[in-house]
Amino acid sequence: MKEFAASAVKEFRHIFRDRRTILIAMVMPVVQIILFGFAVSTEVNDARIAFCGDMSDPEVRKTVDRIDQNKYLSIVGRIDRPSDAEDLFRKNRADAAVCFAQDYGSDLISSGRTGAEIICDGSDPNTARMIASYLAGVISSEQTDIGISMAGEKKISMTPVVQLMYNPAMKSSYNFVPGVMGLILMLICSMMTAVSIVREKETGTLELLLVSPVRPLWIVISKMMPYLALSAVNFASILLLSHYVMEVPVNGSLLLLSFAALVFVVSSLALGLLISVISSSQRTALLICGMGLTMPTMIFSGIIFPCESMPQILQWVSDIIPAKWFIIIVKKVMIQGDGMASVIKELSILAGMAALLLAVSIRSFKTRLQ
Amino acid sequence: MEENVITIWNLTKKFGNFTAVDNISFDVRKGEIFGFLGANGAGKTTAMRILCGLSRPTSGEGTVAGYDINTGQEKIKRHIGYMSQKFSLYPDLTVRENIRLFGGIYGLKDREIRVKTDAMLGMLGMQSEKDKFAGDLPLGWKQKLAFSIALIHGPEIIFLDEPTGGVDPETRRRFWEMIYDTAEKGVTVFVTTHYMDEAEYCDRVSVMVDGKIAAMDSPAGLKSGYHARNMDEVFRIIAGRAEREE
Repeated sequence: MKEFAASAVKEFRHIFRDRRTILIAMVMPVVQIILFGFAVSTEVNDARIAFCGDMSDPEVRKTVDRIDQNKYLSIVGRIDRPSDAEDLFRKNRADAAVCFAQDYGSDLISSGRTGAEIICDGSDPNTARMIASYLAGVISSEQTDIGISMAGEKKISMTPVVQLMYNPAMKSSYNFVPGVMGLILMLICSMMTAVSIVREKETGTLELLLVSPVRPLWIVISKMMPYLALSAVNFASILLLSHYVMEVPVNGSLLLLSFAALVFVVSSLALGLLISVISSSQRTALLICGMGLTMPTMIFSGIIFPCESMPQILQWVSDIIPAKWFIIIVKKVMIQGDGMASVIKELSILAGMAALLLAVSIRSFKTRLQ
Repeated sequence: MEENVITIWNLTKKFGNFTAVDNISFDVRKGEIFGFLGANGAGKTTAMRILCGLSRPTSGEGTVAGYDINTGQEKIKRHIGYMSQKFSLYPDLTVRENIRLFGGIYGLKDREIRVKTDAMLGMLGMQSEKDKFAGDLPLGWKQKLAFSIALIHGPEIIFLDEPTGGVDPETRRRFWEMIYDTAEKGVTVFVTTHYMDEAEYCDRVSVMVDGKIAAMDSPAGLKSGYHARNMDEVFRIIAGRAEREE
């Protein structure tokens, strides 16, 4: 045990002496949270809407007012022809345009049917889709109101009331906080562990530790300790940031969340060890981590693209990525406030993966020594 | 009769179809400086790894410091010291922290480590450098420090893997003085080297070619046996018969 302590102390010294690495490791989660939170937001805020239509028509005026009052939308001006919208998009003066049909108001009153065209800037499809659905919602609710007031009880019109549970404000931070957490923990644990082991392989000092009476397994575990500590700090800093800056609540049990994080961290550490076994230089290790871990995790774990909308075969690929299961657990526990019972499936899968990875990596590390 | 600290019979190590070490046998006596020579790829590193308990032989038997190379690897590790050509220090740890680390992983008690640290710093004349990073020390000092650290737990045998690679002749000479002092205290020195002038300093030398020990004798014996003026010539005659590519 004393031997283990001595070698763990050494590992802590290594990373605390390496100012640059420690700085990156501590600052990276903060930067990522802030970046995703403010810069890479998929929310629609203050979308600029131009409109085209007959301002003398009271119904058009009402609808335009209603759009302007919506807190996500604001009217920036009137255009003469629908084709002018393109010019505005090119000059980046508007994000969408609404074009009311001729005789909008009178058609609406007489027949209850009329037309309004929504033109969006499709160069940013996600935002365009969201703006379009906001606009459609506002216009149709106006039409429904008019329909009811004009036709009395005769026409039954139905507007579905949409309520977004757990995330009433549609904040994208609810999606990316779990994602960033998964990504950061994985990066810290697997990349840094792999690099630190490979570095000792490169300098030849690993041999030195291996000829000492400390068992190889304990050497590896002692190398993992600082990263375990570092990931605990990152876990805490992400939670604090998301709570106080992003206002993402922790609705479920913090203990359960921490436990899931621990299981995930173990699987990442094991991955790091595995990478260190197969790579002979720090550069290779970094490359494997970047291309083999970070990219697939970004793409397949559901951080950016929802797994449900992937082709079946890619969904299978996504199933073998530990981060996907961790992120599901975090979403369930943190945002939905679920308990153990609802995440038991994901947690078991994650634990199974961690155990398997650990067994495989330790085995290959030992074989490599022979 | 002199006591053998390393005894090896018919040691073989194969990696797949490749036989790195091919049926070698030798003894090393206590307090001897044993030179283990061979071109790159001749199998000396593999053989040395087995002796250090880092790797298991495919077949063959032997004892190192009285423990079996097949079953007593952990015990062997406690009784040997090891120093490689990289000087075996962590550049981002201070001199004192390096000493502490190796004292710690060899299971020395805190008090022992303190005593040894003071003694070692005094002997090396490095008291004022104790809080400097090992990476900032001059090469010769690093080497002396690494050698002393490899001896911190009082091993019976010390393995030196090309300990003087890349060092100037003067530093090398002083390093060999340390080796002599150590051997005089009864510690066996097992050294691999590329420098043939160093081979002259050894009590006995073995030359590995293609996984086999091609020659083994005292430097004087080898020179007269091969009618050579110096060890360099001896080595060229023996290693020139190699068939294996590097």
